[in-house]
Amino acid sequence: MLGLGDGMVAAAYWLCLASSALCIIYGALKWNSGAEETDEVDRHWAEEEKKIEQEL
Amino acid sequence: MEGMLFLTILVVIYLFLIGYLGYRGWKGTKSATDYMVAGRKIHPFVMAMSYGATFISTSAIVGFGGAAALFGMSILWLTFLNIFVGIFIAFVFLGARTRKMGHHLDAHTFPELLGKRLDSKFVQIFTGLIIIVFMPLYAGVVLMGAARFIEVRIGVSYDAALFFFAVIVAIYVIMGGLKGVMYTDALQGTIMFVGMFLLLILTYVKLGGVTQAHQSLTDMAPIAQEIFGGAGHRGWTAMPTFGSTFWWVVISTIVMGVGIGVLAQPQLAVRYMTVKSDRELNRAVLIGGIFILMMTGVAFVVGALSNVFFYTMPVEGVESKIAFLAADTKVGQIIPLFMSRYMPPMLVDFFFIALLAAAMSTVSSQFHAMGTAVGRDVYETITRRKGESSILPTRLGILLTFILSVTLAYVLVVIYGETGTAIIARGTAIFFGLCASAFLPMYVGALYSRAITKAGAIWGACTGFIVSAFWLLFMHQTESSVLGVCNALFGKPSLVAGELLDNGKWSGVRQGFILWQEVDPLFVAFPLAIIVTIVVSMMTKRYSKDHLDHCFKGI
Repeated sequence: MLGLGDGMVAAAYWLCLASSALCIIYGALKWNSGAEETDEVDRHWAEEEKKIEQEL
Repeated sequence: MEGMLFLTILVVIYLFLIGYLGYRGWKGTKSATDYMVAGRKIHPFVMAMSYGATFISTSAIVGFGGAAALFGMSILWLTFLNIFVGIFIAFVFLGARTRKMGHHLDAHTFPELLGKRLDSKFVQIFTGLIIIVFMPLYAGVVLMGAARFIEVRIGVSYDAALFFFAVIVAIYVIMGGLKGVMYTDALQGTIMFVGMFLLLILTYVKLGGVTQAHQSLTDMAPIAQEIFGGAGHRGWTAMPTFGSTFWWVVISTIVMGVGIGVLAQPQLAVRYMTVKSDRELNRAVLIGGIFILMMTGVAFVVGALSNVFFYTMPVEGVESKIAFLAADTKVGQIIPLFMSRYMPPMLVDFFFIALLAAAMSTVSSQFHAMGTAVGRDVYETITRRKGESSILPTRLGILLTFILSVTLAYVLVVIYGETGTAIIARGTAIFFGLCASAFLPMYVGALYSRAITKAGAIWGACTGFIVSAFWLLFMHQTESSVLGVCNALFGKPSLVAGELLDNGKWSGVRQGFILWQEVDPLFVAFPLAIIVTIVVSMMTKRYSKDHLDHCFKGI
């Protein structure tokens, strides 16, 4: 319980740590997956986005 | 005004670095889109830190940290949702689809993505208008969080602190702070991370370790019960009494409102589109999971533990009180006051820079969203002109929403006085709740369902918005009593207010565990919006196969 007075608060404390651990494990396992080459659609989108940024 | 030299040097170094990185971004290829145009990779650390800096604002640290000092560690449930929903669910389940669909539809704003996917100009304009009208509330409370810290650290009035900070933000925006230069954001995220890490370590060390620190706070439960017991407080390391006023505020407004609302934040959804591939999103999950824990997790733990410091370690000449009373019931001042009293001055000054960074990175993404909502989503869509014509409306939009945000940061404090409620946290929660109710059903439907129809999306969004607005104006007493519409029409602060008591307050109406005037709009509006979206979609005409194939290409 780590000195916490209520099981539900202790659960929240541990779940925060557990969900962070989940993110770390997921990110580590998938660190190199999902890589894609930038295609024409992406490039067109990025050029248009750059134009919008410049207008701001 | 003590020790101003060190702080001044830090501020100057920080602003110089931001200016230098901004200049490099201006001159070279340093924004996310530049990398994509050039087909280059961004270092995952740089990208994840820049995400984090946008996610977490001063309101999360100062406002919600202060709320934790009042309500206790029960709001750690929000940190759990921030990480599990705001990072894991958002990146893994929404990020990749948003990026692919956004690129195929050539959408550059959140309203534009929804408008093109749902083939509806109404959706784009409606979403844009909600951003224009309500995001200033969120930007306002972010400014308020930073101003509160400046007020306490420099010892000036809140008005002067707000003006000072608004000027810094205005200069930052004019100098190109909206361009989302990755290294600027990454620097800000890194400063925030280091600041919060040091704060956590020092707090636990000063209280004798993790378990001892928590135990000291647990031992103070009778004090909390004596002061707030009537509202359901059972101590700072316990959940509030089920169904009590505090329970509804913590669970329905703060935890659920912000925890779920993060999924439909316009300024965050567009960030998914600026990455090159799913790999970057996967990597951001790892670093984001640690970053958010270090931000809101630390703010909430330290906020709650500040009660031990204020109560058991009184400074000379000051009576020992709980945090809420030590800060004269100004919840937004608790974290700044705690730090200035109990943390080494150098850490306070470093933290000051961290908060400056947190506010600037968040505010810049907000003004980006508000400016493009005015120019691209509303003006261009209504006038049907594309390109050059929207530059002026966009810039005017940024100027007007900036003035509105600063005014709100000033007026909210005047109206609420910040007594008794954590207004910074509530302002954020209202906006997040509204986004969840109005946008989330159609956003998820747009990304995942071929069965959602235009009518279903529109009716669902309107239901979410109208029910939220009705609830804020006539039911949820915290807001309805201030907005005054209900009082003017019906002579009471909320339609569900009971009777006027001798102490000038209104009794509540309770049905079972439901305390109606404390039920957050999200609890009613969000489920209704989901139901209406589904039911209307089942009864109305679907999109053509060609449109759907175009939208879901590559997904």
